[in-house]
Amino acid sequence: MSTQQLPEHPDFLWRNPEPKSSYDAVIVGGGGHGLATAYFLAKNHGMTNIAVLEKGWLAGGNMARNTTIIRSNYLWDESAAIYEHALKLWEILPEELEYDFLFSQRGVMNLAHTLGDVRESIRRVGANKLNGVDAEWLEPDQVKELCPILNISDNIRYPVMGATYQPRAGIAKHDHVAWAFARKCDELGVDIIQNCEVTGFLKDGNRVVGVKTNRGTINTEKVGLCAAGHSSVLAEMAGFRLPIQSHPLQALVSELHEPVHPTVVMSNHVHVYVSQAHKGELVMGAGVDSYNGYGQRGSFHVIENQMAAAVELFPIFARAHVLRTWGGIVDTTLDASPIVGTTPVDNMFVNCGWGTGGFKGTPAAGLTFAHTIATGAPHKLNKPFALERFETGALIDEHGAAAVAH
Amino acid sequence: MLLITCPNCGSRDETEFHYGGQAHVAYPENPNELNDREWAEFLFYRENTKGTFAERWVHSTGCRQWFNMLRDTVTYDIQAVYPMGTPRPAAAVPPAAESGTASTAADSTTTGTAAPDAASSGTASTTAPEGATK
Ligand SMILES: Cc1cc2nc3c(=O)[nH]c(=O)nc-3n(C[C@H](O)[C@H](O)[C@H](O)COP(=O)(O)OP(=O)(O)OC[C@H]3O[C@@H](n4cnc5c(N)ncnc54)[C@H](O)[C@@H]3O)c2cc1C
Ligand SMILES: [Zn+2]
Repeated sequence: MSTQQLPEHPDFLWRNPEPKSSYDAVIVGGGGHGLATAYFLAKNHGMTNIAVLEKGWLAGGNMARNTTIIRSNYLWDESAAIYEHALKLWEILPEELEYDFLFSQRGVMNLAHTLGDVRESIRRVGANKLNGVDAEWLEPDQVKELCPILNISDNIRYPVMGATYQPRAGIAKHDHVAWAFARKCDELGVDIIQNCEVTGFLKDGNRVVGVKTNRGTINTEKVGLCAAGHSSVLAEMAGFRLPIQSHPLQALVSELHEPVHPTVVMSNHVHVYVSQAHKGELVMGAGVDSYNGYGQRGSFHVIENQMAAAVELFPIFARAHVLRTWGGIVDTTLDASPIVGTTPVDNMFVNCGWGTGGFKGTPAAGLTFAHTIATGAPHKLNKPFALERFETGALIDEHGAAAVAH
Repeated sequence: MLLITCPNCGSRDETEFHYGGQAHVAYPENPNELNDREWAEFLFYRENTKGTFAERWVHSTGCRQWFNMLRDTVTYDIQAVYPMGTPRPAAAVPPAAESGTASTAADSTTTGTAAPDAASSGTASTTAPEGATK
């Protein structure tokens, strides 16, 4: 394995148009989910008179802050269905979008450190297999074989007792993914409008008919919210509530190193996950800060814990230096599953609650949310994730598969 | 790391405390009379304020007592600490300008504590802007 050259940056990605006075649909949020939604609205539903409104710069939110892990080994049928669909889309998207964003299927390992972990993991491997998701259970020596730099000795605080492994999982260049979608959106006629913050909604009775922005009022027939950590703020402007809590989530990278880490390793129990990016940086993430926060930064002790765990699992990292750390704002739900579907406001739709793990879901979120916006009805893959589940009690508890991990 | 002033023990590191989420959420007076929507509200719906937020903390490795706090969820400034069971005080300091999106992009800056963006959006977090109810 050697570090990989990034492809040349394309000369042209998208126009920067002035907002029109009206659109058939407006997507709020120019992260991965907003862009993917706009792409599939244009491509699958012929809706090209649409705009993506982004208050900052494109992909300046969680989209280009995440640790880029893509996998589909979730426990429940509903999650396996939507995340596996996403993974299948990841496998064809570089060609479809004509953009090599370095999707690297190097596998993802989820370590087990306790008997409880082992039981839960083996159960999840079984559930994954039933759902057609590639999954294996690895004993510690197999873990070592796949990732030789991992410390599998008994002599550490939380010894490695095995791992689940999904060979088709991997990582991708998140910013390039956003640009790939944005370029195609633009080609299809979608207006991508940056520095355009939605500050309110126009309603006719219970129906949304427009959005107020810092660049003027825009009339629209439909609104799709893809605002991740700011979803509650937008819902409040529209007059409804979401069962979401926003938390800071941090990640960091080391300086560049020779390739030493061939796969992706995650550990729920000791709260760290590590991969090595194409250029050679070690990319690591931890858990969320416990408190609600919109500050795009978190507490240092979270990073300290994460580093301690990383060094115990990977002794060779002891002398690596942190190059930079950053935070995003993640929209967490109580069952660790997303919310996608209609809202109490007519013609307004919401896609949120992907929390700490929505990068992997980007293509399926976009595909199914576009269907819901275009037809006003759920897609079979997003139907279980409707807001109503908090009333019916049909929660999709993915804490085991999602929790700290992504 | 927040520095939190426990009403009993004084100023201590955040790592001595546990977070308890939104304050002032009362247990339903007549649980038997709640419908599914009201149960959902009680169990799953909490304020997710951008700005001054009333929340609970417990000093778990100190006096092990719960208390309430007013904290700005953007600047993380602690504005007031007050006992459980007492009403929310008026915020001591006006809510600070928001940091917006222009803080630390993963690929462009060096630390996680970049200065907040001066350009406040003017969007109040706790009240819907006009237009919302039109
Ligand atoms: C540190 C970190 C690590 C992560 N690691 C992983 C991982 O390894 N794997 C994984 O699958 N997921 C991961 N995630 C989660 C993933 O990044 C998110 O779930 C996903 O990016 C959310 O969708 P998005 O890309 O559309 O969000 P964002 O990119 O945050 O897009 C939302 C956009 O809405 C905009 N917006 C907000 N309010 C307004 C407004 N009023 N008007 C206009 N625009 C507005 C924001 O500026 C933002 O650009 C991680 C997240 C973080 C923070
Ligand atoms: Zn105390």
